[in-house]
Amino acid sequence: MPANRFNGFTEYGVGIGLRIPHYQHILEKKPVVDWFEIISENFMVDGGRPLQVLDQILEQYRVVQHGVSMYFGSFEPLNPEHLKRLKTLVKRTKTPWLSDHLCWGSVDGTYSHDLLPMPYTFEAARKTAEKIRQVRDFVEVPVCVENVSSYAEFHVSEMTEWEFLTEVSEQADCGILFDVNNIYVSSRNHSFDPMDYVNNIPHHRVAQIHIAGHSRYEKYILDTHDHPVIDPVWKLYERAIELIGPTATLLEWDDRIPSFDEVHNEALKAKQYIPAPAPRIETRSEVFA
Amino acid sequence: MNLDQIQRAMFHAVRQPLTPGERMRAKALDGTSLRETAGQIIKPNDRLTSFERLEIYNRQYWFRIISSMCDDFDGLRAILGDKQFHGLVIAYLTEHPSTSFTLRNLGSKLETWLRDHLEYVAGLEDLSLDMVKLEWAEVEVFDGPSLPKVTAEELTQMGPDPLLQLQPYIRLLKLTAPVHDLLLKLRDRRRNDDAPVRKLPSRSLPKAQKTYLAVHRLENSVYFKDLCPDAFAMLSALQKECTVSEAIEAPEWSGRSEEEISAAVRNNFANWASLGWFCKPSTE
Repeated sequence: MPANRFNGFTEYGVGIGLRIPHYQHILEKKPVVDWFEIISENFMVDGGRPLQVLDQILEQYRVVQHGVSMYFGSFEPLNPEHLKRLKTLVKRTKTPWLSDHLCWGSVDGTYSHDLLPMPYTFEAARKTAEKIRQVRDFVEVPVCVENVSSYAEFHVSEMTEWEFLTEVSEQADCGILFDVNNIYVSSRNHSFDPMDYVNNIPHHRVAQIHIAGHSRYEKYILDTHDHPVIDPVWKLYERAIELIGPTATLLEWDDRIPSFDEVHNEALKAKQYIPAPAPRIETRSEVFA
Repeated sequence: MNLDQIQRAMFHAVRQPLTPGERMRAKALDGTSLRETAGQIIKPNDRLTSFERLEIYNRQYWFRIISSMCDDFDGLRAILGDKQFHGLVIAYLTEHPSTSFTLRNLGSKLETWLRDHLEYVAGLEDLSLDMVKLEWAEVEVFDGPSLPKVTAEELTQMGPDPLLQLQPYIRLLKLTAPVHDLLLKLRDRRRNDDAPVRKLPSRSLPKAQKTYLAVHRLENSVYFKDLCPDAFAMLSALQKECTVSEAIEAPEWSGRSEEEISAAVRNNFANWASLGWFCKPSTE
C-alpha cells in the first residue's frame, strides 16, 4: 500500500545514484539493486554512449530521474529547450516520477550550475509553485521538489525553510523529495534543530527520501556527497520513516566515489529503519491458484 | 528587495572572478562593493559574516566550472600548464558564462573566443587552437546524434551518383600539428599517474605538420582517424552535401593515374562504409 497519495512507489525500496565509475560493474555483474536514480541532464543528449548505457540499464532496472538545473525558483521563465529534452528523456525512461531542487540558479539565461538558496518569501513560494506546475503539466509525470543544503540566509525571509517547503508544495500540489542530509547540513549552518524540520513538513507529500554524506569545515558544513552517512543523519532518516511510512530511499555519492559494493552497502543500511511489510493473509483461492 | 532583485544581486556577486588567493573580491569588476551587496541581502551568523557566506557560493561557482573545463580541455591544460590555463579559463568564462542547462556546453565558444584572445596562449597559438578544436570535437562526437547506417544493398539502389550523407556526429579537422597523438600520450600517462598537471616542456610538443583528422565514433567510443589530404577533401565535400561524383572531384589528384584514383576512391569509400559513416539522409 502506498504510504500517501504522492508515494505510490513505497515498494521501490533502497536505490543508489547511477554513476560512471560503476557502469562497467553494473553492466557486467548485474547486481541486484532496487532502483537507480539518474541525473537527467547527463542523459539529455542526442546519442552516443550515455544513451546506450541508459538503455542497457533500463532493460534490467527501475530508473527514476532526478534533475539539477530546472531551477524552479529562478525568477526567469523555464527554458523551453530544457523542458523539451526532459520530456524526451521521460518517454525513454518511463520514470514514474521526477524530481529537481527547491532552489534557483540562473538569471537572464545564464547558468550558475549551482543550487542557490531561496529567500523564504511568499512571493518566491508563489513563483516557484507556478513553475513546478508548468513543468508537471509539460512532462506529464508527477514532480517532486527537493530541499537543498544552504550556506546563506536572506534578510527578506518571512518563514522557516520547512514552512517554505510546505508553502511551495501545497501551492504546487506536488510531492517532496525529502533530503535528510541536506536538513542536517543546513541545520548546522543556520543553527536550528533538524528534528523541527523533520517533524513539521507535510509528511503526506513525501514521495522519496535522499540520504548522503557531507564534509565538515571549521565554520560550516558543505554538502559534498563524498562520505558515508553519519549517525545524526540516520537518526533523522529513522524519524522521517516513522512519520512518513516506508518510502523510496536513495543514497547519493557523487565525489571520491568508492566501489559499487561500498556505495550499495551504505545505502542498504537504510533497510534496517524501514518496517517490513505486513504479512499478507492468503485466502483459500490464492493458496490453490 | 523582491525575488528578481535578490537573484540578480547575488548572481552578479557569485560570478565575479576570485582573487589570486581564491577568495571573493571586495569589489566587482564593475566597481560594485560586494561587501555592500552581501550585507544588503544575506544575514550574518555567529560564525560567518554576510560576505563570508556569499563567498562560499562565489568559490563553489568557480571551482565547479573550472573543474568542468579541466575535464574537457585537459590537453590544452597540459600545453599551457595549470596557471596559464586557469587564467585563460577565467577570462573566457567571465566573458562567456554558461548559457546552457548542462555543463557539457561550457566550452562551445572557446575556439572562437581564443582566436580573438591569442595573448592567453602567446608562443603556442597554433598548437593551442588545434588542441581546443580537437577537444571540443571530442565533446561533440561523444554524444552527438547518429542516423541509421546505409546498408550495402541500399547503396546499390541509390543510383549512379547518389548523395551520401555522413553521420552527423563526425567532425573533420584540419590541424597544424598532430595534437591527437599528444592527447593520447597524455591520457596514457594520466592512467598511471595522478600528479598535478605541469606545463609540458617544448621538446614534448608536436612539431608543425599538416594533419587531417576525422573524429568519429565506433561502438560509442570516440576515435581519431588520420586522413590523407585526398580523403579529407572527399569527406569535406560529402559533409557539404555534394554528390559522390562531386566529392570524388574535390581532391587535386595531381600526378595520379586513373587506376590509382579509382583504387583510392574505392578503398576509401569501402573503409568509410565499414565504419558506418554513411547514413540515410535526415528527413528534418
